[in-house]
Amino acid sequence: MAISVDVREPGTPAAPPQPITITTEYSTGDRIYRRGVRIVAMGVLVLLFLIGLFLFKSGLPAFRVAGWSFFTKSGFQTEGPHPVFGVLASLIGTVEVATVAMIVGTPVGLATALFLSEYAPLKTRRSLIAMVDLAAAIPSIIFGLWAIFEVQNNVVGFSTWLSRHFAFIPFFKVDSPPLNASIFIAGLVVGLMIVPIVASISREVFSLAPMGEREAALALGASRWQMIRTVVLPFGRGGVIGAVMLGLGRALEETIAVSIILGTSVEVNAHILQHGGTTISQLIAVNFGGGGKLGLEDLLFCGFVLFVLTLVINLIASAIVNRSRSGAGTDL
Amino acid sequence: VSIDIRTTRSDPSVRIGPPSVPDPDFPMGEPDAGDAVDGDGGGPTPRRIASPLRPSDFGIKDVALLLIAAISSFCLVWVIFFQLTILTGAFGFFVCWYVGFLALTWIGASQVIERKVATDRVIAVLVTSATILVVGLIIFIVAWVAYKAIPSIHWGSLFTKDQKDFQPAAPDALGTVGVLHAVIGTLEQVMVAALMGVPAAIATAVFLNEVKGRGVRLVRTVVTAMSGTPSVVAGVFIFSILILTHVLTYSGFAASLALTVILLPSVTRIVEEVLRVVPSGLREASLALGAPQWRTTWSVVLPTARSGVITAVLLGIARIVGETAPLIFTAFGSQVLNANPFAHPQAALPLIIWSDFKDPQAVLITLAFQAAFVLISIVLILFVLARLFSRPRGNKGKASRRNDDDLLARMWTPVPMTQGDGS
Repeated sequence: MAISVDVREPGTPAAPPQPITITTEYSTGDRIYRRGVRIVAMGVLVLLFLIGLFLFKSGLPAFRVAGWSFFTKSGFQTEGPHPVFGVLASLIGTVEVATVAMIVGTPVGLATALFLSEYAPLKTRRSLIAMVDLAAAIPSIIFGLWAIFEVQNNVVGFSTWLSRHFAFIPFFKVDSPPLNASIFIAGLVVGLMIVPIVASISREVFSLAPMGEREAALALGASRWQMIRTVVLPFGRGGVIGAVMLGLGRALEETIAVSIILGTSVEVNAHILQHGGTTISQLIAVNFGGGGKLGLEDLLFCGFVLFVLTLVINLIASAIVNRSRSGAGTDL
Repeated sequence: VSIDIRTTRSDPSVRIGPPSVPDPDFPMGEPDAGDAVDGDGGGPTPRRIASPLRPSDFGIKDVALLLIAAISSFCLVWVIFFQLTILTGAFGFFVCWYVGFLALTWIGASQVIERKVATDRVIAVLVTSATILVVGLIIFIVAWVAYKAIPSIHWGSLFTKDQKDFQPAAPDALGTVGVLHAVIGTLEQVMVAALMGVPAAIATAVFLNEVKGRGVRLVRTVVTAMSGTPSVVAGVFIFSILILTHVLTYSGFAASLALTVILLPSVTRIVEEVLRVVPSGLREASLALGAPQWRTTWSVVLPTARSGVITAVLLGIARIVGETAPLIFTAFGSQVLNANPFAHPQAALPLIIWSDFKDPQAVLITLAFQAAFVLISIVLILFVLARLFSRPRGNKGKASRRNDDDLLARMWTPVPMTQGDGS
């Protein structure tokens, strides 16, 4: 606490108090500060723009060579007089891996989210949440290592069984026997990797379900599951859709784990249980440095396609999650 | 939407629920003392159940029920499994056992208690096992990496040698290699990325939460969208803009730039959430005392949010330290120590794993596992530190504690930032 004492020579008249001018103008320091911070923030916009621009620009020569058949052909034969390349097989493979991943990851993720928000004892809740978040922190290359050394051999037996009993489903048919390094295994591992994403967003949305409605349901005699089914799930519907889409975005972009499992295949593989298959990010990571100048441009254009794909999905998902956060869907 | 309020105990004379005040005539917890005659006589004798079923009730009886279901399922499946052999292997047995366990739990609970409870029990078992699966998986993976790496670690060489003098034929081949070059490379790349990315991220977060003005919505949307950008795209982008145009060669610095692209949006989002929970009273007090806006941010808002900002930075580093895909196109990898981040290809821990795990030489595969162990240790340490820093202390309110819980998840999940008041 500071006390200021006005010390004056005796006899000198007190200076008349000066009125302070109050303005709404920013001081010079503030103007510099506001301008500077704004420029940095706008840099983020520029960065996103540059990513799109440069990937498109650098990949354009490959697209010019291939034309629209870039999206209808597959392969990575970019050297020689008759180059054959395209993104079709990778696009299909990406969708296949993501589909398997969503089928595996979504139920597990939602169940984990429900447990964490509704069932977990309060004492252990924080630690469990941290453990599930830690799952997201484990580098994907370590997931890949684990998949290739441990998961693969154990899943091949299951794949064999699936292919034997469900071969009438076209996807589960197997033409050529080796069942390792398959899209199914890749999807399974990616599915485990997206569980924490689906779980943590859904948990957050579930925990926002209004306490009044929960208690009302319980007071009417609902069991805990009935309460979840009638209150928590309808309330969190939008958030869950968003969470699943964000998980999908993650599944589409996963590079290293998929590359480790799938190896170097570049052809369309509709039989998810058998050896082979490719995704966009796997194509880029595995073939980088091969295929000469045209190959490089091909990969850069593939990068552009992946960038646009994930950008669109993430933007839609964010919009959905945001809308669900602002209370839409509470009308029971 | 309807709530099923059917109850099997719908006898009109039954009084559901305990009396609202403790009543000596209705001793709580006594099992179904419904036949006891009320004192006042006359009229239908009110019967009551001792206590209503509470949704969270879970006692010794329920544990016994689950155990019995588990064991009977085991026996049942054992018989069927070896007679019919529907599936093969331990995995198939486990799947059959689990399905049998769920079915028997449902049947048991619907017989002993009621159907409504039975469904509830089965769901509870399902969600609990999902969580056990996820948590168990994490523990298993960490333990598996440690188990593969630790027994063969050559502590004398691991952190002192690179792969230059590798002698595969030597009797102690592992003693001739180490991951020094990768550790140095990773540290430099991550540190430079943090030095560039963190101030920019904090400035962006300050713009979103303190300065505001035109463009806030747009920047927020773009930051959210960017945090979902594939890491491989970040690498290819830096490659196309700097290396393809010969501005840079393959180098640690190029890798840092790619990592910054990943770090920036994630740290921005966390710092923004942290700044939002700074009480606006503090800001207003500072401004009312005549402090300019920059001074308020610098001396009041940021110091208040310090622990959250540190958490954000630690988590950001933990996130980029394990990124492999962007490094393939920028740092490129190297067998020898290169301490200069601005020239020549540089090694990194993830790159060593990526290039060595499929090597025909068993020694290098072991080295890949040791690199993985070092990497996962770094991630774990950063994660634990971040958690320690985010732990609510003393005077923090309940709201901010919940927020802290969610922060940890934000780094890896492209969750959009809350637009409203950050409930």
